[in-house]
Amino acid sequence: MKKRNEMLLQGNEACAMGALAAGMRFFGGYPITPSTEIAEFLSVELPKVGGIFIQMEDEIASMASIIGASLAGVKSMTATSGPGFSLMQENIGYASMAEIPCVVVNVMRGGPSTGMPTRPSQGDVMQSRWGTHGDHPIIVLCPQSVLECYTLTIRAFNLAEKYRTPVIVLMDGIVGHMWENIQIPENIKIIDKQEPTVPPEWYKPYEDLPGGEIVPLVPFGEGYRYHVTGMVHDSQGFPTLVKDEVEQCLNKIIYKIKNNLHDIIEIEEYLSKDAEICIIAYGSVARSAKEAVEMARSEGFKVGLIRPITLWPFPRFHLERISRKMKTLIVPEMNYGQIYGEVLKSCPRKAVKITRVDGELITPDEIMKKIEEVAL
Amino acid sequence: MIQTSEAIYKYLRPDKKFPHVWCPGCGAGIVMGALVRAIERTGLTKDEIVLVSGIGCSGRMSTYLDFNTLHTTHGRALSFATGIKLAKPELTVIVIMGDGDATAIGGNHLIHTCRRNIDINAIIINNNIYGMTGGQYSPTTPTNNKASTAQYGNIEKPFDICKLVEACGATYVARSTTYHAKMLDSLIEHSIGKHGFSVVEAMAQCPVQYGRRNKLGGPVDMLQWYKENALSTAAYEKLTPEEIDEQFTVGVIVDKEEPEYLDRYRNNIQKAGGNVP
Repeated sequence: MKKRNEMLLQGNEACAMGALAAGMRFFGGYPITPSTEIAEFLSVELPKVGGIFIQMEDEIASMASIIGASLAGVKSMTATSGPGFSLMQENIGYASMAEIPCVVVNVMRGGPSTGMPTRPSQGDVMQSRWGTHGDHPIIVLCPQSVLECYTLTIRAFNLAEKYRTPVIVLMDGIVGHMWENIQIPENIKIIDKQEPTVPPEWYKPYEDLPGGEIVPLVPFGEGYRYHVTGMVHDSQGFPTLVKDEVEQCLNKIIYKIKNNLHDIIEIEEYLSKDAEICIIAYGSVARSAKEAVEMARSEGFKVGLIRPITLWPFPRFHLERISRKMKTLIVPEMNYGQIYGEVLKSCPRKAVKITRVDGELITPDEIMKKIEEVAL
Repeated sequence: MIQTSEAIYKYLRPDKKFPHVWCPGCGAGIVMGALVRAIERTGLTKDEIVLVSGIGCSGRMSTYLDFNTLHTTHGRALSFATGIKLAKPELTVIVIMGDGDATAIGGNHLIHTCRRNIDINAIIINNNIYGMTGGQYSPTTPTNNKASTAQYGNIEKPFDICKLVEACGATYVARSTTYHAKMLDSLIEHSIGKHGFSVVEAMAQCPVQYGRRNKLGGPVDMLQWYKENALSTAAYEKLTPEEIDEQFTVGVIVDKEEPEYLDRYRNNIQKAGGNVP
C-alpha cells in the first residue's frame, strides 16, 4: 500500500519540489540538458503558488535575475549544467561579493566544453569551488539520491539565508535523472528571510558585527535605502579603496564561512570506525561505493565509506581525524581526480584514485577490484 | 520646479560619495540632473525607486543617488532589474547604462528586455566611447572616428540605439542630448510613467576620451554640435538625402501601448489556478 507522502520522483523534480518547500518563489533559467526538467517542472508549479518563472535569454541573465529577485526579498534559484554554469560564474562571484542569498543547481554532464550532454560526470567539482575570479566563499552540497535532491535543496536555501551567500547544489546527471520512490519528509526546518534589527538610519548592510553575526539583508523598497555593488565596499556598501576597509570587506565574506564549518559541513560515515581502507565518494558514485563496502566486508576486508555531503568547504579536518588510523583512502570519481587532490592535501601518501571520464558509471566491482589491490 | 540646492540635499548622497569620478566637462552629471528633476516631477518617493546601473562611467551614478541602488556587472543591469521588477512589481525600476554597457556586452539582454516588454525604464547614456577604460571604440562610435583601439579610424558601422530598441519591441523610445537637458527631463518623466519597457537615449559628451581624439573641441563645442545637429522628427523628415549629414532626431520616437509582461504573467497565474499576488 502507498504510504502517506510517498512519491515516485525524478531527482530533478525532487530538487524543484524541495525548492518550493523551502519557499522559493522566483526561478530564472535557460534550458540545458540534463537539468531542464527542473525548469519545466517549475514553469508549471510556480504560477500555481503565485511565484515567478522566467526563461531568460542565457545563463548570465538567469543568474543576474535571481540576484535581483533576492534583493527584492524573494527566495530565488536557477538550474543549469556545465556550459551554463560557466556562464553563471561572473554573477556567482557578484552574489558572493555582495552577499546576496541564492541557490544555483548544477546537474553535471561530461565536459569540457559541450562535452557529453546526455552522459553524467563529476567534472565541475573544482569549477563549483573556484569557477569565478578572486578569492570568494562558496558552499556546495552534493546529493546522492532523489530524497537528498529534495532535502539538500532545502538545506541550500537555509544556508544561503543564514550566511547571505550563494549556495550550489551539485548533482551529477545520474542523480538528476534517477527515479526513486521517496517519502517526502515533513517538518523540515525552513530559515526565512530575516527581519532587520535596527531602524533604517542605523542600518549598515555590510557591517562586520562582533561575534560574526550576519546583518539581515533588507529587501529593496522597505525604507532601508542602501547601495549594493560588486566592488570592494565599506560597511554601508559604498565602493572603497581604503586599506582597512578593503581587508575587512574581503575577510568578512571568507570568515563567515570558515568560522562556521561545524554548522555547514555535513558528512556521512558508513562502517568507518574500524576500517583500514576507506572509500571517499560523493554523489552517485557513493552509491556504488556503499555496495562495494558491503561486498568487501562480506569477504572479510575492513572497509568503510566517508561521504562528503558538503563538498565545499571541503571537510578536511573531519577527514584528517577520521582517517588517522586508516591505511588507504580510495577516491573514486567521475573525473580525473578533483576531490582526490583535496584528499591528498589532508592525508598525503594514503590516497589512491579511481577515475572514469567515459560517461559511464563507476561500478561496485571496479571499486572492489581496487580494494583487493590495495589490501594485498 | 525644484531648486537645485533643494534637489541636491534631497536626492544626492552627501557623505563619502563625493567627489564623483566623472571628468571635468562630462555629460553624465547633466543626465543625472535630468533624472533627478524627472523623478521629482513624478512624485515618487525615494523608497519606491530602484536605480540599477552597469559598469563604466555611467555605472557610478547609482552610488551618488539616494534610492535603493544596485551597481551590477558589466552589461547585466537589465537582467538584475528584471529579477527585481518581477519579484516586487510595486517598485519603479530605472536602469542606467552606457553605450558599450547596453549595446555591446549587454546587447543580448537589451534586445530581449525590449521583446518582453517588462515595465522597466532604461536610460542609455551614449557618449560614443568606452570612457572609463580610456577611450576604446564602442558599438556607437561613428565609422572613421578615432579611439584608442581605432587609431587608424573605426572601420565598424555604429548602432542607432533608438532604431535597434524600436525594432526589438520597446514600447517607448526617445532621444535627447545633454544640450537639450530640459527635453531630457520630460522624456525621462514620460518614460517612467509609461507602463511597459522604455528606453531613453541620452547623448552625452565625453570631451576627454572621445572629443579630444576626434578634434571635436571642448565640452562647450560638443554641446554646440548637439544643438546644431539635433532635429525633431518632422524637421528631419523634410531633409533631402543630399542635406543629410550628421543630423539626428530628438524627441519621442515610439510611444505605443502593448500588453506588459507582468500583466500577461498574472493571466497565466490565473490559468494555473494560483492567487495573483
